Amino acid sequence: MTKPVAPGQAARDRAAEFLIRRHRLRWPEVLPWLLAIAAFFLFPDRMTFGSQVLIAVMFALSLDLILGYAGIVTLGHAAFFGIGAYTVGLGAAKLGWTEPISGLFAAAIMAALIGFASGWFLLRYRGLTLLMLTLATAIMLQEAGNLRSDISGGYDGLPGLTFQPVLGVFDYDLYGHTYFLYVLAALAIVFFFVRRVVYSPFGQALTGIRENVRRMHAIGSPVHRRLVTVYTIAAGIAGVAGALFTQTNAYVTLTVFDFDNSAKVMVMLILGGTGRLYGAFAGAVVYMVLEDYFSKLSPTFWQFGIGLLLVLAVLFARRGILGLLEQAWPKGKKP
Amino acid sequence: MQKIAQIAVSILFDGLAYAMFLFITSVGLSVTMGLMNFVNLAHGAFAMTGGYFVVTLTRSLGFGFVPSLIIASVAVGLISVPFERYLYRRLYKATDLEQVLLTIGLAFMAIATFTYFYGPIPKSVPLPDWLQGDINLGFRAFPSYRAFLIVLGAVLISVLWYGFERTNIGAKIRAAVDNRRMAESVGINVDLLFTLTFALGSALAALGGGLAIQLFGLTPSFAVIYLVLFLIVVAVGGLGSLKGTLLAALVLGIFDTTGKYLLADAGGFFIYAVVLVVLLIKPAGFYGRE
Repeated sequence: MTKPVAPGQAARDRAAEFLIRRHRLRWPEVLPWLLAIAAFFLFPDRMTFGSQVLIAVMFALSLDLILGYAGIVTLGHAAFFGIGAYTVGLGAAKLGWTEPISGLFAAAIMAALIGFASGWFLLRYRGLTLLMLTLATAIMLQEAGNLRSDISGGYDGLPGLTFQPVLGVFDYDLYGHTYFLYVLAALAIVFFFVRRVVYSPFGQALTGIRENVRRMHAIGSPVHRRLVTVYTIAAGIAGVAGALFTQTNAYVTLTVFDFDNSAKVMVMLILGGTGRLYGAFAGAVVYMVLEDYFSKLSPTFWQFGIGLLLVLAVLFARRGILGLLEQAWPKGKKP
Repeated sequence: MQKIAQIAVSILFDGLAYAMFLFITSVGLSVTMGLMNFVNLAHGAFAMTGGYFVVTLTRSLGFGFVPSLIIASVAVGLISVPFERYLYRRLYKATDLEQVLLTIGLAFMAIATFTYFYGPIPKSVPLPDWLQGDINLGFRAFPSYRAFLIVLGAVLISVLWYGFERTNIGAKIRAAVDNRRMAESVGINVDLLFTLTFALGSALAALGGGLAIQLFGLTPSFAVIYLVLFLIVVAVGGLGSLKGTLLAALVLGIFDTTGKYLLADAGGFFIYAVVLVVLLIKPAGFYGRE
């Protein structure tokens, strides 16, 4: 006697197996972490810069969730980075909340709350309207901060913040070694969380929404709820990146809400390649290193170069650096 | 009471002048976006180019202000054609994201180029005597330059309205905005039409850029700072609608001026609050198609 098999069970098994196979860790995935640790030993005097690169990676990763996977084009992602940055900054300056790790959680929760509230309203819209609405949200937060500059410090910012040692033990040194490892640890946790989200059935549904939203509606997928959920998650992660930014720099100004900040993170992600997790790593590292080098030579040429890179990327390399690498070695696994 | 009326008149006048600037600069963007659904973030860069042309023509080559405006508009209109033909055209069927990236890349390149040649310091422009000082309208005096803006805006609105509503080409543009495929299948050459409107829109943007120098001063960051305003006017007005663009420019111009008069600290807060409210209620703008 065989057990009666539910209709469609075979297809369901195949889908489950597909998801599990994709989720399995592959060897090359160790590479970015090895490189980060190698950088720690190779460039001991550039660790302050190194932390900024890792923060940029985390910020780009959060954008990848909504832009690369769910296909939400936003021009206001800096809003959540800024919320996180100010949660920690104001907490330290006004409330004396200087414990760093709980600060990260507070920043994540605040940014996620704002992400949920704004996403609930904004994600009904698409195209130009959505671009404008996300942009307006970020600028309004900035203007609100400027309006109450008695609290936020305005464009002069909140300078000279101090934070307790990480876990109460590891104090901050002049070269930022502790910070680098602290940010790297935070990034690793966030990354494996994002990886899990992306390879879950939920992540699969997001890709479906990106590829064909009508079909997702037609098969009964709760599109709006899914979009709001991923927007909230991405906002929380961007908030953590912002909080780390404040903690490592020990200051924060309203420029974190700038359109430039939103545009920059998008450029990083596009350079690296969207919808492929490691694009955020490749893009942010390449962008930050180039910026560090060229903007010292001439900020004007750097800006021209970024513009040219974007134009060339759109015309010839729509899938970013990782896409180009895949083209060069087509033997590699298909994503 | 007298004082309140005075302030109200001032706000209305300045708001109107500001609205005219917004309309002139944004109307081309609205029509081209309505025609091709192309998100053109380099529109501000075309306006800035026009502004710098006016600076060079008046300061270095000794042209008058008004002739410079005309020359700059025509020049930028012509320059925009190869951009449309060889770059934009390749991305009409691409996603919003790719269009955003291409055009923002172009804007960055334009900003860098103009910073290299003109430096980051704000530029001003010499005005003829009749545009300086005040003009007396009987009951009170107004700044001549703003009065000039309002008159010019009114003239352009009439011309554009006539061209859009009463000429053959205008009818073709409206048809193509309404339903591109249908327009093509009755034999309208939409590609050519688009190149024409794109050039006209860029020329108007350049005119707006030239007019803006006196209002805000001209720096290379103009391309991005004011771009946001133009996009807002377009989004709030509704893509491809002349009426909508005008209404949006008026509402935003007057709201923003009121906010700056009465609550200077709030800065741009008002304008963005208006945008959020309008777009949440009418996602396609005042006169856009849902």
